Amino acid sequence: MSEMFDRPAAIRHHRPLQGGYCELILDVPEIASAARPGQFVHIRIPGMNIGSLRRPFSIAGADEGGLRILYKKVGSGTEVLGQLPQGVLLQVMGPLGNGFPLVPEGKPVLVGGGFGVAPLGFLAKRLPTKGLLLVGGRTDQDILDVAIFKGLGWETRVATQDGSLGVRGLVTDLLDEMKGEKIEVFGCGPDGMLKAVGERGIAMGAKVWLSLDKHMVCSVGACLACVQKLRRSDGSEWIGRVCKDGPVFEAREIVW
Amino acid sequence: MVDLTVNLGGIRMKNPVTVASGTFGYGQEYAGLIDVARLGAVTVKGIRLNPWPGNPLPRHAEVMGGMVNAIGLQGPGVVGFIEEDMPFLRRLGVPVIVNIWGTSETEYAEVAAALDHVDGVSGLELNVSCPNVKEGGAAFGTDPQMVGALVKAVRGRTGLPILPKLAPNVPSVKPFVIAAQDNGADAVSMTNTIPAMVIDVEKRRPVLANKVGGLSGPAIHQVAVKMVWEAAQVAKIPILAMGGIMEPVHALEFIIAGATAVAVGTANFIDPSTSLRVIDGIAEYLERHHMNSVSELTGSLQIQ
Repeated sequence: MSEMFDRPAAIRHHRPLQGGYCELILDVPEIASAARPGQFVHIRIPGMNIGSLRRPFSIAGADEGGLRILYKKVGSGTEVLGQLPQGVLLQVMGPLGNGFPLVPEGKPVLVGGGFGVAPLGFLAKRLPTKGLLLVGGRTDQDILDVAIFKGLGWETRVATQDGSLGVRGLVTDLLDEMKGEKIEVFGCGPDGMLKAVGERGIAMGAKVWLSLDKHMVCSVGACLACVQKLRRSDGSEWIGRVCKDGPVFEAREIVW
Repeated sequence: MVDLTVNLGGIRMKNPVTVASGTFGYGQEYAGLIDVARLGAVTVKGIRLNPWPGNPLPRHAEVMGGMVNAIGLQGPGVVGFIEEDMPFLRRLGVPVIVNIWGTSETEYAEVAAALDHVDGVSGLELNVSCPNVKEGGAAFGTDPQMVGALVKAVRGRTGLPILPKLAPNVPSVKPFVIAAQDNGADAVSMTNTIPAMVIDVEKRRPVLANKVGGLSGPAIHQVAVKMVWEAAQVAKIPILAMGGIMEPVHALEFIIAGATAVAVGTANFIDPSTSLRVIDGIAEYLERHHMNSVSELTGSLQIQ
């Protein structure tokens, strides 16, 4: 079992981005130094009602003792979180989950949808080779973190459904353009996108690592709220826990 | 040093604090976060005879003062549990209470028999009150005669201490406690979650795939305290109390109402150190009130 911690973490930096998205950096050196791309943290947000549950967040970066989180205000937890200023202490559990493998067999192609790009910038920093980022969203407001990849010397391509940034269409259309190349795919985003990325990647004969996003309660494998039907290599099916057995699975394992 | 040891119907605990079934997996899940060996006992997720897939998702919803869940007792079956989960639990050296369920008296009895001589298993909590499985659980728990018959059937197949876990959605818990003890139960545990429902008003649909589930967390605490107090008026056997413990004071309420031991449930999800803080808080309270042992506090409620 890899090491995990539950620690108070001060907000070092917190700023709104466009479109209701926010960037949060927490001072929590033990978790930051243990974190691997694709892992997540489970945060207790102060100021919520008594009995409120923690919220899981992908780790979007871990540098100099700071843990970076990228999130969108979508509900009661993230609305309260969005109000918290620098210096406030949050209780942070992590790093949790298995993370992405870091030895791709071909050119790494990272596919993100909306804030699903969060773990991918962290992944790009830790992968041994440069690759390609494909990122999609409804509008230009949903396209985040592209500068991180450009700073690392990665090629980036953007697709938006309304055409306000990059090409008009879906991120999976961009993936189709990779046919014939030796690639390994890493995806994070909404279920519909991940399913499509998995199907396209498998059709190309690529390995496809998908990070699933499910509502979680305990985040350590105890409560069985975030299960996913999975398939073993012998074809038999089992029910895995996204928090503990994932959140990253190879697309061929997932029974959608 | 105060004496925190308790005897929960033959389960000897070094302190009166365990965890509620279903909130702590099989113990190992929390081992990296807290010192699980400090618990008075570990109570594991419900086990039936064969592996069981549980309910479709969504299985939970956050609500005011807690959550509503309909996990549906997903589990590895009794053999899987013994082979995969017991080795870790044995090494802890802490009593293990196994929550068991079935869809018939025979199945409960079979599961009990299968666990009877398993090294490290200290007691069986009979789940007669899970609201999330149609055939088992709650079907037994709202009729005292059925609880009595079930306890009797299990009693005939095991020498382990047995604790039926009683339902909150009954007019009075007293006939259930009496039925349990008259048929050979060693203790009773209460309360399970309260049947509940959450509606997504935008979609006008139930939030849970199972439509209904069980409410847990601080919202149910005072309901459980009243239930323990009523049960204590007729119980000749010890009570294991649970329902919304977030802080030591909530455990103390249960003990004063008549509980011998308590279980921390939903709070494990919010702050995994809750059960350990509750142990320390009980000890601190006893010292502050110049009591030598936690057993002095059990049922010490004063009513003029």
